[in-house]
Amino acid sequence: MEFYLGLIQIFGVHTIIGLSAYVILLTGQVTMAQAGLVSVGAYASAMLTAMYGWHIVPSLLIGGVAAMVMAIVVGFPALRVKGLIFVIATLAFGEFIRLFWFNFTFQIEKGGELIGPIGAEGFRMIRYFPENGWSTGGLAAFIWFWAIIIMAAVWWMDRSRAGSVLRAVGEDEVAAQSVGVNLTVVKVSAFAASGLIAGIAGALYAHYTTHIEQENFTVLLATFAIAYPLLGGLRNIWGTLIAVIFIQGVLTEVLRFMGDWRNLLYGLLIVLAMNFRPHGLIDANVTARLKRLFGAQRSANDA
Amino acid sequence: MMLELTSLSKHFGGVKAVDGLDLNIEAGKIFGLIGPNGSGKSTTINLICRLIDATAGNIAIDGQDISAAAPHEVVAAGIGRTFQNIRLFQGLTVWQNLWVAQKEAQDGRQEGFFRRWLSGPGNARENISSHLEFANLSGKRDVLAGNLSFGEQRRLELARAMATTPKMLLLDEPAAGMNQEEIKQLEERLRTLREGGVTILLVEHVMELVMGVTDRIAVLNFGQKIAEGSPSEIQNNQAVQDAYLGKSD
Repeated sequence: MEFYLGLIQIFGVHTIIGLSAYVILLTGQVTMAQAGLVSVGAYASAMLTAMYGWHIVPSLLIGGVAAMVMAIVVGFPALRVKGLIFVIATLAFGEFIRLFWFNFTFQIEKGGELIGPIGAEGFRMIRYFPENGWSTGGLAAFIWFWAIIIMAAVWWMDRSRAGSVLRAVGEDEVAAQSVGVNLTVVKVSAFAASGLIAGIAGALYAHYTTHIEQENFTVLLATFAIAYPLLGGLRNIWGTLIAVIFIQGVLTEVLRFMGDWRNLLYGLLIVLAMNFRPHGLIDANVTARLKRLFGAQRSANDA
Repeated sequence: MMLELTSLSKHFGGVKAVDGLDLNIEAGKIFGLIGPNGSGKSTTINLICRLIDATAGNIAIDGQDISAAAPHEVVAAGIGRTFQNIRLFQGLTVWQNLWVAQKEAQDGRQEGFFRRWLSGPGNARENISSHLEFANLSGKRDVLAGNLSFGEQRRLELARAMATTPKMLLLDEPAAGMNQEEIKQLEERLRTLREGGVTILLVEHVMELVMGVTDRIAVLNFGQKIAEGSPSEIQNNQAVQDAYLGKSD
């Protein structure tokens, strides 16, 4: 049971991380900065609860805001570049943040022991949930409470005009400009929203693992972040959720025997998917087929 | 004057794509801009839209200087455009294409954040329906723009430009690839727009359309204006005939 609850927690956090990348991918940019943004939320909120005794909810929100501010800081220079250069710029940013945590030591004394991040050793004893007597099931529910709020928010945004504008920018920047879209505002807003979401994911992650270190926020996590929406397709948020369950639930668990070779496979999977299913596993055709399937069933029921 | 270009120039290295162009377009007219391939017509449109920076010169729309404006500010100032190679938001539906355009240029700025970005179609609906009707696309509102036929795509692009409620339209070869019937319909649409008070700059190679619908024509060759006048004056202009057919000497 514990194992499955643990898996459900991972699904929740990774769905949020995937949606943080989804928002930026809609504008047609492939970002590798998500791991860095997640780490900002993780460290910021963990420091607030573990070192300063904050309640989890405000620390979660501050973690999100901190990552949002970082995202805006990257967003502005990143606007000047596109395509592959953008990927490299965001990759460099993610690594910069990771190396910052690698060197970041800041401890205070609390209850007779030192607590706080110690550079490469990471940040231990983020014990908010155990200290407050949360069960694994309660924690899983808490994570999914946030995951559902964020899924609902992104779903709403996607269906409102903001979603169409983001997609318009992703389709054709020149055309978007010439119907009056302010590219700077749209892209920086997408980054800000993405940072906020990634930061909340990081905060949840830090508290359920109780120990974070820079190793958790490498390029592998950044790759996962974009792999979910790319594999699931950008038509709606459900693709991201399904891709998370597929990658984290099926691939990661089934292929555990492969050890580090698994990571190689993830990269291969993205390359293959982008070549054979450029619009994701769940593209327009699949959606239409599903609709027909359920539509047919409904009319059969009516009859 | 609706549009005033003052000694507008664009040099790409040694190539003078547009070279000291002066152009004044009166409000409420259809103004034709013609010339052989590579004479600087599309560059002129891109300069007006501020997609590329001019080497020298000034641009003013309805008295407002937009020489240094950002592309989206040009739209807010009242310029809508279509492209020589159709540029729709292919993955969006017909309706969404118009939705993006309509709010962005129009009342968006006065609305609050929530209503502008996160609300549903609401009051945009009526307006968009009229644009759909104008483009004869009412039955296709939920079709992805990329799945439309060529003629429908051209119509949608024109409707999308109109959805920004422009004072002036810049049309870059709107009749390219169209058959006789479609060109006739386009001509009708342009007349309707003019009656509605929209000024139009028409860049076009289909001469029967240009000669039939424009009030005034300017001819470009190697980035310079070589003639300007009414359609009949242009047709009888020796310099124009030389530019198109080559000098006979």
